[in-house]
Amino acid sequence: MATPQAIVIGCSAGGLTALEALFAALDPALPQPIAVCCHTGSSTVDLLCELLGDHARLPVVEAREREPLKGGVIHIAPSGYHLLVEASRRFSLSVDARVSFARPSIDVLFESAAEAYRDALIGIVLTGANSDGAEGLRRIRQLGGLAIAQDPADAEQSAMPQAALDLAGADHCLPLAAIAPLLNRLCLP
Amino acid sequence: MNERREPVPAKDVALEDIEVELFVRALRLRHGYDFSQYAPASLKRRVLQLARALEAHTVSALTARLLHEPGLLSVVLAGLSVPVSEMFRDPDVFRALREQVFPVLASYPQINIWQAGCARGQEVYSLAILLEEAGLYERTQIYATDFNEDALTQAQEGIYPSKEAQLWSRNYLAAGGSHTLADYYSARYEFIKLDQRLRRNVIFANHNLVTDEVFCEAHLVLCRNVLIYFSDPLQDRTLALFRDSLVRGGFLCLGTRESLDFAPSSIDFTAVETASRIYRLGPRTAVRD
Repeated sequence: MATPQAIVIGCSAGGLTALEALFAALDPALPQPIAVCCHTGSSTVDLLCELLGDHARLPVVEAREREPLKGGVIHIAPSGYHLLVEASRRFSLSVDARVSFARPSIDVLFESAAEAYRDALIGIVLTGANSDGAEGLRRIRQLGGLAIAQDPADAEQSAMPQAALDLAGADHCLPLAAIAPLLNRLCLP
Repeated sequence: MNERREPVPAKDVALEDIEVELFVRALRLRHGYDFSQYAPASLKRRVLQLARALEAHTVSALTARLLHEPGLLSVVLAGLSVPVSEMFRDPDVFRALREQVFPVLASYPQINIWQAGCARGQEVYSLAILLEEAGLYERTQIYATDFNEDALTQAQEGIYPSKEAQLWSRNYLAAGGSHTLADYYSARYEFIKLDQRLRRNVIFANHNLVTDEVFCEAHLVLCRNVLIYFSDPLQDRTLALFRDSLVRGGFLCLGTRESLDFAPSSIDFTAVETASRIYRLGPRTAVRD
């Protein structure tokens, strides 16, 4: 792949704990924007941003429509909306039907980001109890991006990373604790 | 695990984009509906989804059918328009309307409300119920518009799947409703039908925000989660249309995650209730903090 220019992350059940651990270990000098789709079931992501902000060494904010993806910032998809990345590398939102029973859907974020960043994108599927993200990870690989799946044996819920591995395969299948070091290695200039 | 095929060449992705662009042009040239200023990422998703649903192998094949099959237009428009909403979606917004906007509306002898992009009408009935309970409905005229004729027909019928009723009832109470939602509908088989008396002051009309102009003088414009599908210039043009439709001091209510940061026309509006995205036309006229 090319030099990574953005990172997208998808998770569901067990996601909060996984994201906390991941972000705590990310180097604060990471220059790439990070966009996260985490199924929460609550009506806002205010609390999620706050909790993650306590652990992350990078700023954590809710992604806003029309805003450019900002380097070194963790953007969280708002509840009840699909989060998309436009070719202009700005966010957009939609309230289209649920995809894989989810809105926000990981597939929607991954597929749109894959088209915007092509081979300069890293996609990561973490713990979860459904199969959202598998199609998206496949699209990321199709367009030359790098795919990382949490080792299902290491995940609180194995179904989601397993579905991604089954459908898309991955360039790296790692326990959670090994993902941040890999990102730091791949992404720091 | 590490097996991977060669990445799809850039020109193949570009081909898909060319096909979508030609589809959009065909829709405009053949039928007069202009989606060229929609935000590209979600528009592309919808077009690809339509092609799949209609079993067209490529978007180009769908375009050919759009050009030649007269019946296909309504299916395409339904697929490209803003989908179903909920009754009292984001109950806090309806509560804010009731508590902060209605008292001002009450000072007008006749109240005009424009629900722009009403889709299947869930918000129109929500609004009518709240106005009724506030004692304002008798002197209110609601204009409910959409460019999608099928959606308008469904909105007028006010029939929805009964599995929605539970969530909508909870929303209604959270919005500050003073009865129960069941007072306003009758249930039969798998459907609920909204009390048609709620429709007595609603005019459903076809209006396309992309191409049509001002048609009423409104005290409140509701347009939630429609502009999120528009490019910056079209969002700005539509805001200007709302500005020109509103009386001085009139209100605008957008979706709770919408941003006006890239719309120059937003300078004409002042936020009244930021979380609910309720604005008022004219600078520094905030109702109360």
